[in-house]
Amino acid sequence: MQTEVNQRKPRGRLGRDVQGKIGQQLRAMYDDVVSAGVPDRFTEMLRQLDDPKNPQEQEKG
Amino acid sequence: MTLNPSLRDAMLAAVPSLRAFAISLSGNIDRADDLVQETLLRAIANIDSFQPGTNMSAWMFTILRNLFRSEYRKRRREVEDTDGSYAESLKSQPEQSSRLEFQEFRAALAKLPPDQREALILVGASGFSYEEAASICDCAVGTIKSRVNRARTRLADLLSIESAEDFGPDQSTRAIMAAGGRG
Repeated sequence: MQTEVNQRKPRGRLGRDVQGKIGQQLRAMYDDVVSAGVPDRFTEMLRQLDDPKNPQEQEKG
Repeated sequence: MTLNPSLRDAMLAAVPSLRAFAISLSGNIDRADDLVQETLLRAIANIDSFQPGTNMSAWMFTILRNLFRSEYRKRRREVEDTDGSYAESLKSQPEQSSRLEFQEFRAALAKLPPDQREALILVGASGFSYEEAASICDCAVGTIKSRVNRARTRLADLLSIESAEDFGPDQSTRAIMAAGGRG
């Protein structure tokens, strides 16, 4: 590892603070969706697949 | 059809993150939920090929990513301007796609090449290791690393971030938020 005069940021390299901020924003955006949890349609779908007495309309595929 | 309850629970547990991934890929919440549904159906249909003890979430991400890719390729053949239509779908459904505070960021994300976008999300938001992301995307670990780096650099460029202080909603967005919005 060498130390160089670090006055100018080399092109294509980001400082840790900038990377950190991008990461933060990315996670905030992502977690906003994650925090919505599991929509009913999916719980319901798996429940119906599991329950032979309650046949779902057959999906192809 | 019966599904082992612990497998079913593991599948459901993966859903919130799968949705977030799918929305980030497609830019559209309805398409995203269709992708998630298709992913669940495929996962159930192919549960025998899931190796117990391995990461259920990573397995489902792989399925979803492949579904999205094949759909994307199909659409690309139909529509020339794929990136344009993606950006358009963001604009046409602002309240569905994203809350105001994330719109600028999502718009920038939408401008990244798909390879870079998915790599960045898998590593930077979904919490997968570089190795897991490489396996999900079926490429080398080094490829993922370079895609993530390029994605970050491009995002910083698009969002005009030169230092941490520059970051955040742009001035007009800030003004709107200050004027009336509460996110």
